[in-house]
Amino acid sequence: MFKDITIGQYVEGNSFIHKMDARVKILLSLFYIIILFLISSPVAYAVFTAFTLFLVYLSKVPPKFILRGLKPMMYILVFTAVLNLFMTQGSTVLWVCPFWSTLKITKEGLTTAVLMILRLVYLVIGTSVLTLTTSPLMLTDGIEKILKPFEIIKVPSHEIAMMMTIAIRFIPTLSEETEKIMKAQMARGADFESGNVLKRAKAMIPLLVPLFISAFRRADDLAVAMDSRCYHGGKNRTRMKQMKMTVRDLWATLFMVGFAAAVIFIQKLM
Amino acid sequence: MIKVSDLTYVYQQGMPYEKTALDSLSFEIPDGDFTAIIGHTGSGKSTLIQHLNALVRPTSGKIEIDGVDITAPNADLRTVRKNVGLVFQYPEHQLFEETVYKDIAFGPTNMGLSESEIRNRVYEAAGFVGLPLELLEKSPFELSGGQKRRVAIAGVLSMQPKVLILDEPTAGLDPKGRDEILDQLVRLHAENEKMTIIFVSHSMEDVARIAKDILVMNKGRLAMQGSVAEVFAHSSELREMGLNVPQITELTHRLIADGVDIRPDVYTVKFAAELYAELLKEAENV
Repeated sequence: MFKDITIGQYVEGNSFIHKMDARVKILLSLFYIIILFLISSPVAYAVFTAFTLFLVYLSKVPPKFILRGLKPMMYILVFTAVLNLFMTQGSTVLWVCPFWSTLKITKEGLTTAVLMILRLVYLVIGTSVLTLTTSPLMLTDGIEKILKPFEIIKVPSHEIAMMMTIAIRFIPTLSEETEKIMKAQMARGADFESGNVLKRAKAMIPLLVPLFISAFRRADDLAVAMDSRCYHGGKNRTRMKQMKMTVRDLWATLFMVGFAAAVIFIQKLM
Repeated sequence: MIKVSDLTYVYQQGMPYEKTALDSLSFEIPDGDFTAIIGHTGSGKSTLIQHLNALVRPTSGKIEIDGVDITAPNADLRTVRKNVGLVFQYPEHQLFEETVYKDIAFGPTNMGLSESEIRNRVYEAAGFVGLPLELLEKSPFELSGGQKRRVAIAGVLSMQPKVLILDEPTAGLDPKGRDEILDQLVRLHAENEKMTIIFVSHSMEDVARIAKDILVMNKGRLAMQGSVAEVFAHSSELREMGLNVPQITELTHRLIADGVDIRPDVYTVKFAAELYAELLKEAENV
């Protein structure tokens, strides 16, 4: 169940998007999200859908990986859809509940529900394309560089990036550990799946205590290992891999800006 | 009896990282056996033992324990896990309770036993692993590495399984801790003739010292199965799989190659010492 989380699950590749500069990718992803929240007309969404599919195609990441990232979102998606479907007021009524007339579906509700789902799905797909094509290391390097100008107002950009790197690095390790401890306790008859909320919460203790202990132990080991290799923070630290922007990034940015302009134009027009 | 037939497990089926971890395994392990599973890292040992108490479901194939198919969709997993106790690698990492007593009692409590029955089982299990009773009220996190491991093993023994499976029970222990665990396994087997013990090990010395039979895994397949003597007789094949025979066996084989007249089925230092002593005595008498 923990294997479903896509964060930090970089898929190696050699596509156009893989080769882009991490900084540009992060900023363009932000841009992508902003556009996603600016549009609301069905036609603009259609164009956006085409663009998203194009991105996925360009990234050469097997669609299976991207769909896997959506799985944990199922409940939120269904919940949002149901709420929007029934709660949106509108003029064109499509269906009225025969038992309770307040419960009805309007044309506006249906549109909002569909668009809301699309918005959430594209949000995940857009960010997945970023995390699937950028190694966690490049990602945090990019964030560090983007945050650099904020050091003037005492934002510890290097430390933030380092903490994120470590956190991302340990997600798979800890999820593996979780699975192992779960199995070990299940072998002793622990039951994580049945019972009411209280009982289930209590059943988590045999999982969480060992997990926390092991996380602290790993953190301690890591701190000692870093210390023994003379790690002392961000000052005067150079990189093994320098980030370089290329023509590719320029094209990507121009394309993105062009796309944004087009979509917003369509949105305004409709 | 454990009967595994045509067991196959494909890891992450349908994903780009798809890997056949177990490839049509078939074998039987009789009741009361003391079997070691050896194999190179990644040969599927851990995956195999997790199948034996239904923590992992096979992709295809069947596992029967005492005639009960534990891979059936409607199998009673509670009973399966009660009958087949699995001690994971570094089992001390699973300890969580406030006291050693409570931790050992976790399994029996989950089985829904009475208070007095649980008490009996905890004391019995603690006795089996040689845990001093005054430690029972201590926090498991105050104990030494070897003691913690014994607590964790006791936590599985307290469920009184018919089959006890241990994944590298001596990994990461110092020589003294290792000897203690191995001796306890031997004693456990001697005192419970019906209990089947299966353990995974990377140490051929440990295997030669305590196991009766060996199951050799190689790249997800069953490479060999037989008694300790039968398996260690194939030293060159084992070496091809990245495994080895006990050092003392290796030494003996080299002596034979150099023309010393000595029997080749020597697997423990103790036995070798007797043989060599005899050999020396003969040499003196000549």
